[in-house]
Amino acid sequence: MADVEMKEPGGGRHQGTKSKKLSTRIDMTPMVDVAFLLITFFMLTTTLQKPKTMNLYLPEDVKNPEEQNKVKESQALTIILGKDHQVYYYYGTGQEPNERMYKTTFANKGGIRDVIINKWDNVIKNSGGRDSLVAIIKPMNDADYEDVVNILDEMNINGVQKYALVDSIYDFEKNLMKEADDHPVADPTLNGQ
Amino acid sequence: MPKVKLPRKSTAIDMTPMVDVAFLLLTFFMLTTKFKPNDPVTVVTPSSISTKLLPESNIVMILIGKDGRVFFDLDNKFKKQQLMSDFNSQYHLGLTKDQINSYAIGGPVGVPFKMLPQLLNVPADQRNAFPQPGIPIDSANNELDQWIKYTLNVNNGNPDLQFVIKADDNTKYEVVKQVLKTLKANHLNKLHLVTNLKPIPPGTAAWREQQAAGGANASKKQP
Repeated sequence: MADVEMKEPGGGRHQGTKSKKLSTRIDMTPMVDVAFLLITFFMLTTTLQKPKTMNLYLPEDVKNPEEQNKVKESQALTIILGKDHQVYYYYGTGQEPNERMYKTTFANKGGIRDVIINKWDNVIKNSGGRDSLVAIIKPMNDADYEDVVNILDEMNINGVQKYALVDSIYDFEKNLMKEADDHPVADPTLNGQ
Repeated sequence: MPKVKLPRKSTAIDMTPMVDVAFLLLTFFMLTTKFKPNDPVTVVTPSSISTKLLPESNIVMILIGKDGRVFFDLDNKFKKQQLMSDFNSQYHLGLTKDQINSYAIGGPVGVPFKMLPQLLNVPADQRNAFPQPGIPIDSANNELDQWIKYTLNVNNGNPDLQFVIKADDNTKYEVVKQVLKTLKANHLNKLHLVTNLKPIPPGTAAWREQQAAGGANASKKQP
């Protein structure tokens, strides 16, 4: 409106025009809107970007093989991770030749978890509570990293304190795996399966 | 009865204190946010029940893509600078000061030593577009071992140095095995594996432990 008045000819007459007093208050609503939008954004991004980690302790290499292998056959469970999320396992450390290899999965029911719980119960029962379960984990070269983390996690889930990640896979284990693929048998120690 | 006249109050309220608080919060969140590191390879980490957080500082990150490419990164810019100068003099890479600085401000790097000058010519923010073949880890030419040794060297054997492995779900264990072997050869036995959080399956030992620690309200929910 002031603009219109300015265009009138003979501006001198308006010299004394008082400029309109503008309020010093400004509308803060849009600024507040933006501020809260940004707060929401930063709050959501901060909480979502907290990666978790799992600790992994690798055993120091032992020069003298006689210092190793202090695990009793009766308390050991050897788990082999194959390709395509396949899990093979047998009881013992592979010192006795008449092992039987079984095949299982990562399923919540009837998977490797049940095997671990069952074996642990048996170890405690048979040793009168003196021994605890020792798990030996052997991932094959073509196993997925996901499975390795899953089986380590399974140790944490079931409270298995003694476990080792071992690289060497023996030939007889490979033969047993093939046997388990060709002629799968059910694990007789698992009840109700 | 005379009419009671209520004084008319303005509906406008003073927003200034609210705005103050809002901006305070905004500043706090802006400063604390760490943006997702821009990795040169997309890594989908596996899940575990572990709730341990990634260490805050002194991190050495070994990144393994699902195709088996290995990348290496430190979080300390000064150490990175020092590390690259050491490589420069050791392997006669002929890097300029700018290239070394460019390495320090950039993200994870996964190239053989002889490709480093070529890679560091690319500006840090465009480096992820450069096709990086990964750090060689095979036993004949284990450059990852050199990266680790030099990193330990520039940190003067700092015991707080945390080695973190971030590998993809579908990474083959063969690659991870080789990386673990290399770390083990350098007497680095305590490692962190980056995982996503997954809920503890009910009825397991860890679940019972959580219930016992969680107190009464946690157990009430479960019949």
